[in-house]
Amino acid sequence: MAYGQNVVMRDLTFDIHRGDIFIIMGGSGSGKSTLMRHLLGLEDPARGEIFYGSIDFTHSDLDGRNALLRRIGVMYQGGALFTSMTLGQNVALPLEEYTHLSSDQIRRNVAYKLGLVGLSGFEEYYPSEISGGMNKRAAIARAMALDPQFLFLDEPSAGLDPLTAARLDELLLELKQQLDSTLVIVTHELASIFAIGTDSVFLDTETKTIGAVGPPKYLRDHCPNPEIRAFLNPSEPQSQTI
Amino acid sequence: MATLVGVAMARELGCIMTGIIMSGRTGASFAAEIGSMKASQEIDALRTLGLSPMDFLVLPRLIAMVLMMPLLTIYGNVVGMIGGAVLAPGFGISFQQYYDQLVSSVHMTNYFAGVVKSFFFGAIVAGAGCLMGMQSGNSASAVGQATTSAVVAAITAIIALDAVFAFMFTALGI
Repeated sequence: MAYGQNVVMRDLTFDIHRGDIFIIMGGSGSGKSTLMRHLLGLEDPARGEIFYGSIDFTHSDLDGRNALLRRIGVMYQGGALFTSMTLGQNVALPLEEYTHLSSDQIRRNVAYKLGLVGLSGFEEYYPSEISGGMNKRAAIARAMALDPQFLFLDEPSAGLDPLTAARLDELLLELKQQLDSTLVIVTHELASIFAIGTDSVFLDTETKTIGAVGPPKYLRDHCPNPEIRAFLNPSEPQSQTI
Repeated sequence: MATLVGVAMARELGCIMTGIIMSGRTGASFAAEIGSMKASQEIDALRTLGLSPMDFLVLPRLIAMVLMMPLLTIYGNVVGMIGGAVLAPGFGISFQQYYDQLVSSVHMTNYFAGVVKSFFFGAIVAGAGCLMGMQSGNSASAVGQATTSAVVAAITAIIALDAVFAFMFTALGI
């Protein structure tokens, strides 16, 4: 991954298995969100390919990419709800564009999806009229609108208090079971990483490549890289060389 | 006086002043709105929903401005000519004299020239606003800069294009 001559990350090779809750983690500025942008096709890799199953996403034409994007739901860090639309209109947009559902069916579908995230009755509210946490939940509802196979979430717990963050983690687990989706989560919130992550990749800022791949708890306890163990165990005393 | 007011408004001032006002009012609004959407990742959200930002954001604005600018120009022309009528008695010209002179000396080609230019000026205002918004950075100051740039770019382009039209109409004898 590179911006011009500035290489952000190199030699990223990893697999995300169906049904995983896959965590992309690393220190600040390690390229987590940049990696997610590449996985979503918002940026093209300087070299290499991204495959969804057997489909080469990187080299697909526009129609191929758009067909794949319909199987993907995305929740951005700030929610990225369309501020000129109500929550109901935000969630309804993908349904109106890509399905042949009647307006009544869409309305019921929207109510159901907003109900799943605890926002029943908020269909007519605008994003500016609700809290940050509610914005994120509404964004998850929009991401789920087409019952996606893959759900990408960028820092879902950022800015939330610990209790709300824990409830969001529970919600994500419930949604994963209901939709049978594969979740890919960019985060550095350790509580969430260990609560819900089943597999992970750690991006190393120093080496600009993968530091480790594996289940988060395994990496916390057994990763051979001491810096990664230190990142995942911040409360443990670290040895210092004077 | 009626000839001066009528020809100037219909041919030049009506479309130019409308274009400049709309670039400050609507072009800046387009740039600010789209720039803010870019900063809050709404554009990215559109792309990952498989929706083209050009089709969803830019095209409706472009069509709206191209359709509305001629109407606003005609409105501006009428208001300008009425303004001249209000001032005419101060120059010793009655309303009837003003009206008769206006009708007899301002030909349809002058109105035609102004309205044709207004279509292009509408496209410039919408295009500059949307382009600067889409190219905006992600910070508040970047959105502000994009808004300013949209207005300056639109006004400069309107004046430049008006000069081109002047040459063209002169060459065509319009």
